[in-house]
Amino acid sequence: MASRAQRMPKSLRIASSLFVLFWFILAAFPFAWTVWGSFKVELDFFSIADWTNAITGERTQAVYGSSFTDTGYAGAWIQEEFWRNVLNTGIVCFFVVTISLTIGTLGGYALSRSTYNYTFWLLITALIFRAMPPITLVAGYLLPFFEWNVWGILPTTIIVLVAINQPFTLWMLHSFFKNIPSELDESAKVDGCNQFQAFRRVIIPVMWPGVITTGLFSFLLAYNDFAVGAMLLSESNRTMVPAIAAFLGTTQTEGNVMFAVAAVVSATVPLFILVMFFQRQIVGGLTAGAVKG
Amino acid sequence: MRHKTFLWFFLPTGLAMLLFIALPIVSVVTQSIFAPHQAVLIEVENCTPLVGCTTETTIDQEATAQLRAEKPLGRFVGLGIYFDRGHLAVTEMKELWTTTDSIGAFLSEMGNLPFYRAMAFTLTFVAVVTPLTIVLGLIIALAINSLHRHLKGLMIFFSLLPMIVTPLIGSLILFWMVDSRGVIGSALVALAGDPDFSLKASTGLMWVALMVYGVWHAAPFAFVVFYAGLQTLPGDQLEAAQIDGATRWQQVKYVVVPHLMPLVTFVALIQLMDNFKVFEPIVGFNAAAHAQSLSSFIYNDLGGETRQLSSASATSVITIIGVAILLSPVLVRTWRDFKGAR
Amino acid sequence: MFFRKVAIASALAITAAAGSAFADCEINARVSIVGNEFAAIQAVGAAAQECTGASVESNLTSEHQTINVAGLSGNPSEYTTAIIANSSIVALMNEDVIRPLNDLVEKHGDGLQASQLIKIGDNIMAVAFMANAQHLMFRKDILEQAGVEVPTTYEEMLEVANAIREQGIMQNPVGGAYKAGWNLAQEFNNMFLGYGGSHFNAGSAEPNINTEAGVNALNMMKALSEYMNPDFLTHDSNATNAEYRAGNVAIMNMWGSRASQQTTTEGVLEEVVAGHAIAAPLTVGGGSTPASTLWWDGWTVGKNISDAEAEATFIAMKHGIRPEMLNEETSPLAVWLIEGYEPTDDAQGVFASAQMGTTPYPMLPYMGLMHSALGNELADFMQGKESAEQALADAEAAYRAAAVEKGFLE
Repeated sequence: MASRAQRMPKSLRIASSLFVLFWFILAAFPFAWTVWGSFKVELDFFSIADWTNAITGERTQAVYGSSFTDTGYAGAWIQEEFWRNVLNTGIVCFFVVTISLTIGTLGGYALSRSTYNYTFWLLITALIFRAMPPITLVAGYLLPFFEWNVWGILPTTIIVLVAINQPFTLWMLHSFFKNIPSELDESAKVDGCNQFQAFRRVIIPVMWPGVITTGLFSFLLAYNDFAVGAMLLSESNRTMVPAIAAFLGTTQTEGNVMFAVAAVVSATVPLFILVMFFQRQIVGGLTAGAVKG
Repeated sequence: MRHKTFLWFFLPTGLAMLLFIALPIVSVVTQSIFAPHQAVLIEVENCTPLVGCTTETTIDQEATAQLRAEKPLGRFVGLGIYFDRGHLAVTEMKELWTTTDSIGAFLSEMGNLPFYRAMAFTLTFVAVVTPLTIVLGLIIALAINSLHRHLKGLMIFFSLLPMIVTPLIGSLILFWMVDSRGVIGSALVALAGDPDFSLKASTGLMWVALMVYGVWHAAPFAFVVFYAGLQTLPGDQLEAAQIDGATRWQQVKYVVVPHLMPLVTFVALIQLMDNFKVFEPIVGFNAAAHAQSLSSFIYNDLGGETRQLSSASATSVITIIGVAILLSPVLVRTWRDFKGAR
Repeated sequence: MFFRKVAIASALAITAAAGSAFADCEINARVSIVGNEFAAIQAVGAAAQECTGASVESNLTSEHQTINVAGLSGNPSEYTTAIIANSSIVALMNEDVIRPLNDLVEKHGDGLQASQLIKIGDNIMAVAFMANAQHLMFRKDILEQAGVEVPTTYEEMLEVANAIREQGIMQNPVGGAYKAGWNLAQEFNNMFLGYGGSHFNAGSAEPNINTEAGVNALNMMKALSEYMNPDFLTHDSNATNAEYRAGNVAIMNMWGSRASQQTTTEGVLEEVVAGHAIAAPLTVGGGSTPASTLWWDGWTVGKNISDAEAEATFIAMKHGIRPEMLNEETSPLAVWLIEGYEPTDDAQGVFASAQMGTTPYPMLPYMGLMHSALGNELADFMQGKESAEQALADAEAAYRAAAVEKGFLE
């Protein structure tokens, strides 16, 4: 890739850099705004009187004598014990990603290598499954889950999330495996490996770009899930997003929006550190599997 | 691959989908053709703490319980729910067809039926957001791919932010930003030069806002998939193209895009489907007055004081059928590729 | 009327309560609570958990309405009690998952006031512990500045709004939770009942909203919306309150349950804190019943549990709402219906609503369907896209389709 970048004409390089900058602002501005606002009181955050209040923190100044306050964070983490929800989300994310990738890789690989018609129909069926709106699915789970006494606990939610996410995982990994030439494992089989050995020795080393990308989306799905967690988890096992929703209040009762905002921001921090720390592995992982076609 | 080997590879994922998606779908289809029994209503004296007693209507539980015990599935209504006013509105459509004298009048009257109005928004949303997401995602992927490697990781993280910030809060923040006194709203007011300019009061502008949000939220997905795909780009083909004197645009068109084509198909499939199910921005932007979708109907049916399971089930089945119709061109293409690949 | 009695009784009760010392709560079967999660209900749940002898679990979540029917089904059911409001008890009764409490009240009900018992026919189906209603909140400083009296009718409210706007004090002085959907339908219900309408033909599920009262109600809402922020169809009660606190709104119809926090939130403008006042709900169209609805929250006992569990649940929940649970911390959380409650200033609006004979939110099996239909169909009229008659006809048609599906209409 480096050779290509070096040969880029200057005008194109400037246009490309400008575009990246433009996208950077587009993607990061609302978040940066939120981070800044999370240290303000609600009236400044929503800045209904004047939008500049959100920057200067006029009302925050009036209450706390400083334009910044950490009450949102203190309220969410200490008073409302938000760390419990973060912990639950951590557990859910870890297991959802591991399980979905394990069974999804096997299934996706099989679908990409089998040439019978049924693989096509299985893929289509999986796609149709994905068309099902998740709220209807979850509403259908309630009665049997209560009946079997598995409602409200983390493992149930993990399995449901894995299942709901399988069609997507299968399709994505199938597309990536299609990009890995089948000559690779065919030749391994000629060398006397069975299908699984060929998969393990030849495919696993080169599949990481696809798996990491798919894993990223499985992670985001579990991390951002609201519909499943809100309806299938009891209050004590609640994950992050339903907890944040609870901070927002309802029609007849007051919530605390700043708790929610602080919670969202602080929940993003570990992700940021994770990405920064593993930057090389992630970018490397995305590149390592590059297969010369 | 032999059938038996395939079976073992596919079994875990197949089982998970069978149990948690296929079986529920069967029950949803059943629920959509069975409605609750006729309620036996009786009048009783009803006492509440604040006003004393009044005569009110309630359900005669004993009589109703007997009906339920006889036919636990409910009352068979066939396709009745699919054809009622809340869904395909067959009777109303027929009546409109005979009473209106021009196609224009017919279409505008049709806009009064919730299902067709929701379809108008949903299809516009799908048609606008899907291609824009793919194009934007591809451009971002190409641009970031040409960055210095130290910047790449950082940019990947920031590019993911629209997806990472939970839509619940993400749309709330954007909702306030586009308020006529919010930061973006103020900018728009200044641009429009009209102090009464309000994005949230206008149906057209609300549609635009929803679609911009849709692209913004989904672009990272397309970007990451394409970015990963770019890493497996065959270098020798590019070099060959460069030696042949291909311009950069030609290289993208004849080498990069064809290489990414399976991924484009994949992103298109997922995006068509997700955009057809558009829901979160409608709730997040409080846009129910201006735009509805099939998914927001389901949400209303399940979230009301009285849950309408049959209606929600029928809408879900219509969603699945709608997605199948929408995806059929892409699927036919996939089928050909599949046949060709063998 | 009831409230006046409470107010008088409360003075007596305080002296009486001193005699009955801290009541023990001993149960011998499991109790499991599902309910909404706001502070007042949290307090009741916490008090119920003081009981010893068996486990008392509580799951208080804003999703309670989606899980309570399933959670009370099955045998034995996961939950033994659901905390509900008068709008949501209907779903539980429709599905037949809660039991009549007559025998339990007879056995353990001493201390409960007759007016707390929610009766359907001869059956006591729930025990109410708190009340709510929408009523007037306004800025007395702005009204004084504009030289107008506090309105008692919506017609006067229009005049007040006009005076404030004419004098250039505020551009959009009226606030309202008119967000399309549940909120908008609720505002219609208020106005419709204020004009003397009734949603259904007596004794049947036939809709009856496309009437003079319905048209008048919509026209009044439209007239009010002229004085609201142009985004009114996206404003729920949170957004409306935010506008009020930021000093953009001078007068609005707001939930009584929010009165105590109205000016205590961080950063509220000083003039809003100083000028804030509450008053009775408004009447409309020369009627005497306020254009508002009364709400209560209460608890029920599940049907699909053993009698021992039902008894334990009743004892624990009654312990949760015993007069002694009211203290400095819990009293301001709600307008309690519990004996011995001394109403705070913030509770005056709800009390006034009750005294004026405000209609309770209709507790009919099909009211939820009507509410949803109204919420989906009225926004078109508010945007000026169709006539009031057309909007009401649409709402009736939408309701009819839903009611046919649910078996309420043929």
